Amino acid sequence: MYDKTVRRRRAVLGLLVACSLVLLTAYFGETGGGTLHGVQRGTSEVLSPIQEGASRALKPVRDLFGWFGDTIAAKGQVEELRRERDRLRSEVLRNEVRSADYDRLARLFELDGALDLTERGPKTGRVIFQSPTIWYATIRVDKGSKDGVRVGHPVINERALIGRVTEVFAGSAQVTLITDTKTKVPARAGPRGEFGIVEPASAGNPTDLVMRFTRPGARISTGDRVVTRGTEPDDRAQSLYPVGLPIGRVTRIENEGTDTQEIHLRPFADMRSLDFVQILTDPRGSDG
Amino acid sequence: MIAMTPQLLARLAGLGVLGVVVQTAAVSQLPLAGATADLSPLLVMAVGLLCGSLAGGSFGFGVGLFADVVSLQTLGVSSLVLLVIGYGAGRLREARDPEGTLVPIAVGAAATLAFGVGFALLQFLLGVDAPVSWALLRQLLATLVVNTLLALPVYALVRRSLQAALPDDPRRRRRRAYTTGGLSPLSRGMEVRR
Repeated sequence: MYDKTVRRRRAVLGLLVACSLVLLTAYFGETGGGTLHGVQRGTSEVLSPIQEGASRALKPVRDLFGWFGDTIAAKGQVEELRRERDRLRSEVLRNEVRSADYDRLARLFELDGALDLTERGPKTGRVIFQSPTIWYATIRVDKGSKDGVRVGHPVINERALIGRVTEVFAGSAQVTLITDTKTKVPARAGPRGEFGIVEPASAGNPTDLVMRFTRPGARISTGDRVVTRGTEPDDRAQSLYPVGLPIGRVTRIENEGTDTQEIHLRPFADMRSLDFVQILTDPRGSDG
Repeated sequence: MIAMTPQLLARLAGLGVLGVVVQTAAVSQLPLAGATADLSPLLVMAVGLLCGSLAGGSFGFGVGLFADVVSLQTLGVSSLVLLVIGYGAGRLREARDPEGTLVPIAVGAAATLAFGVGFALLQFLLGVDAPVSWALLRQLLATLVVNTLLALPVYALVRRSLQAALPDDPRRRRRRAYTTGGLSPLSRGMEVRR
């Protein structure tokens, strides 16, 4: 009886390990349009409304989390005053959330005006999901193909470029951030607009990007702003990102003046607290 | 080994789906000390400790697969690591039957560490082209601390939600036996003397 139980347990373990390895190998080997990717996209499509609903439903919990300590400190008051206090606190909390949302949206629109992005079809969306693991720097927003969003569209927040759309569903879209190890952004820095490619300095570090492939004698110094390069007239392919979107500020330069110099920059956008973003649904605007 | 009744299966499925949805919709958007809690290894650890290796391993596989599907990650990575964690926690229960209050905390910390390291190793094996940075290690450590703090409440919640479907809870069984005098040799001796 004992042997039978052990055999059964080991058989199930072996079967599940084999299933995982088969899934991993098949998924890794197939193209983006393969069966497993299709199943994954289909499931995500079905679950998107649930996630969105859960995200909205749990927003008060997320907001409450921040001031939970304050609530504990107010235990000694009389019942009536406590009820009144709770009501007022809820009201204040709602207003604070609205105020914070308003500030972020206002800054988004300010950035639109400053960079003249209004002709690039910006669509404002709310972040409804953030990747739970540090190995995938992705978020999901509540704007999808029915809002005109397509794969490749650049995404900004109220401060700077944050990434690009990599998957689109009917009512939502997956955005891969510029801190993801797969992302590379053509950029310019310094007074002469020196060219380079911006990518994450290391996995799981949302505050450090690195600009590589710059000219050895490039005049770039600490504190310089780094912006997207856009498409030049003699380029063979169109860049995904329009020209001039802010990315970050140079913090230090390694191996300065050599072929392998690395220019480290801190992104303007805080990738750990994204609430509202804008998807540029017409990235070429009047240029295209 | 605990029999997998339909009631237990239904509860495990509901727990897994709810856990992943709450994780992705809320918990992963709540930064704590520079990191976010990861409920999946804690859930799998708790199920392994409560239900044994077979249920723990299967639950880990299911939760991992669902998390990979929902997050559009490489399929099979989370399921492989969580399967091992669930199986390991289940074997711990079957071989040692640990009872202490601190057991879920220690096993939760170990599960989180195993998940972080296992996931990282698989990512490197799959060819992620990125160096290991201090920031990454710091994040892993911060997640470990946050998860260790959450291990006991998560274990209690999982235990509460599965309790009705668990006929063989070792603590309940032992408590019942001693309060009724069923298994204690001392009390049996007293009975004979009377």
